[in-house]
Amino acid sequence: MVSQQVKIGMVIIGLALLAFVIPQSGSFVILLATRALAFAILAMSVDLLLGFTGLSSMGQAAYFGVGAYLTAVLATKFGIGMGWDFWLVVVMGILLGAALAAVFGLFAIRASGVYFLMITLALGQCVWGLAYRWNSVTGGDNGINMTGRPNFGIDLTNDVNFFYLVYAFFVVSLLLLYILVRSPFGKSLAGIRERELRMQILGYNTWLHKYIAFIIAGGFGGLAGVLWAQTNGHVSPENVVLTTSVDALLMVVLGGSGTLVGAAIGTGIVFGLREFLSTIVPWWQYVLGAVYVLTILYLPMGLMGIPAWIRQRRSQRKSEESKKLASKPS
Amino acid sequence: MTHSLRKTLGPMLMGSCLALGLGAAAPAGAQELRIGFVAPLTGIFAQVGKDMQDGFQLYLDQNGGKLGGMTVKFIVEDEQGKPDTAVTKAKKLVLQDKVHMFIGGLLASSGYALAPVSTAEKTVYISSVAAADDLTQRDLGKYPLFLRTSWTSSQPHHPLGQWACDQGYKKVISIAADYAFGYEVAGGFQKAFEDCGGQVVQKIWPPLGTKDFGPYIPSMKADADAIFTVMVGPMALQFPKQLRGAGNKKPILGGGTSYDEFALPFMGDEVIGDVSALHYSAAIDTPKNAAFVKAYRTKYNKVPSYYSENNYTTAQWIDEAIKQAGGKWPGPEEFVKIMQGLKIDSVRGQISMDDMRNPVQTIFIKKVEKKKMFGYEKDELWNTVIKTYPNVSQFWTYGKEKFLAQPVYNRDFPPCKFC
Repeated sequence: MVSQQVKIGMVIIGLALLAFVIPQSGSFVILLATRALAFAILAMSVDLLLGFTGLSSMGQAAYFGVGAYLTAVLATKFGIGMGWDFWLVVVMGILLGAALAAVFGLFAIRASGVYFLMITLALGQCVWGLAYRWNSVTGGDNGINMTGRPNFGIDLTNDVNFFYLVYAFFVVSLLLLYILVRSPFGKSLAGIRERELRMQILGYNTWLHKYIAFIIAGGFGGLAGVLWAQTNGHVSPENVVLTTSVDALLMVVLGGSGTLVGAAIGTGIVFGLREFLSTIVPWWQYVLGAVYVLTILYLPMGLMGIPAWIRQRRSQRKSEESKKLASKPS
Repeated sequence: MTHSLRKTLGPMLMGSCLALGLGAAAPAGAQELRIGFVAPLTGIFAQVGKDMQDGFQLYLDQNGGKLGGMTVKFIVEDEQGKPDTAVTKAKKLVLQDKVHMFIGGLLASSGYALAPVSTAEKTVYISSVAAADDLTQRDLGKYPLFLRTSWTSSQPHHPLGQWACDQGYKKVISIAADYAFGYEVAGGFQKAFEDCGGQVVQKIWPPLGTKDFGPYIPSMKADADAIFTVMVGPMALQFPKQLRGAGNKKPILGGGTSYDEFALPFMGDEVIGDVSALHYSAAIDTPKNAAFVKAYRTKYNKVPSYYSENNYTTAQWIDEAIKQAGGKWPGPEEFVKIMQGLKIDSVRGQISMDDMRNPVQTIFIKKVEKKKMFGYEKDELWNTVIKTYPNVSQFWTYGKEKFLAQPVYNRDFPPCKFC
């Protein structure tokens, strides 16, 4: 078993490599990496629910969407968020995401399993409907265009600067979520995931625990939305639609749920295939499909499960060999 | 096993990375014109995207891969029908491929998303399909390097409103897909129709992608003279079938996309006699169009749609602009200026560009007929031209200032005064 310290070390090395390598590459790769990192925050928020609490949310794009629309509306209609007040927008985005989750949670947390999935799906689509139809605010189907990125001494119009900003947000989010899931609160979430009834009998208010986790996930979703809106300067109902929620969920499953880092890796792989491979070959969809199918068939733990799978195979082989040795007449 | 795999995979990955890196750093040859093309090649609009690409490619092939003497590097990117992806792909074309211009975008939302990229990246963007009105109207000031070779959504439907008046229609029901394009098409028709004395007595907005019109058809007012429709994609196929199936025999006036050649070959005989308006019909009876339809059909085995023609003509437009610039890239600002000043003798007729960089062109009122055309043996559905309105600008007869003073057509404008 690889110890926790080694794992943390590997993640730190990986993050450091990312920070060094990406800015050296072409500016399109920088843009893609920035987008992937922003989306990875959303994927990690899904992982908090799916992997650590056992709630599969199909509506996470709703919080992502309100964060993104908040940024776009404030910037275009009120001129807020293009200077130092960008940080204000970040805080507002987080709070709005969390607030929306607090409202939706009242409906959703009562249910579990497939019913939870259906309710979050329906609530998410409500937000999509609002984005699509509330023309005077959201621009409807056409969405909202923002001009330029914020400049507060550091000019974010520069793609490299913006990459580092999103990177920093990503690292901080990862750290906070890691601390959260390792905390006693996180342990109780895992307990709920494993057996909710037992936790109730032990005296935990499981509803409240799930509710708080749901709100925290909403806050991170809002943050991801604020950053995402700035990557392309364009927000449309496409960002809130069901497929965005499903994408986030698939990325978590692909990378390995309940690992946080897996969510980020899954995001990276999907973005790499969908937005980079698609510029090279027309059959990128088959590759993406094959990756999903193979992962689900052979790696139910996701890509993060590969080391464990290899270890298992090795120990199996060893035990088979020792059995053979044992059965050989000496 | 794992070790040997790693050994072989390692160099392979390195190699492919290197290859990619080299591929990206294309030599900036002086004679090469790099054109990026953004169209949906996957998803529900994939076939439309193919028509767009084929149209442009046909012109390139007919001219030996050159435009205005410059060898063209034509790079196609898949926007997946999503505005967000369109922006990412356009940025890829600009940042990585260093294109001189990018073309395309299908949906109005893609057009709105792509135009700011041209301003931010100082690269020319030509909208060869996306018809969002405001790009060449109230928003044009923001996009100095943007121009349009296609149409605005309302452009063909102002004449259609006039034509409806001329037919003696007094009361019309409007049923249009519930999104920006539908608002602009229906708005253009309503404005012109009511200005010449007609009345739109009911406005119905089914969601984009509606396949079952059962709830809408019975609610239509019985005293109307005709029905105006704005259907997109599969909706276009379903609506006439279900309307006639329900026993409603009122004449249909279609917005351009309700009967364009993309949908027409898949329609049944129930659409014969339906009228629509657009800036192109595959049945325009000119030698130039006949040659285009035959060449396109031979190569791609289907009748060209306006998506194909618009992109074909876009290629022709660029061809003539580069020629005028002396066979070299004149720089983005100069290129826009040259493009704007040209008069093109295109497949769909004479086109020029107004001072808001939108084409002034002939609008065709077309009636679906089943007949033989251009020497093809089978009876097929064709959009026979029954009336032409030459030199129609995006402002119709209203004049630029007066037109721009009103808001862009939307769900509530023009208001439904006679409902």
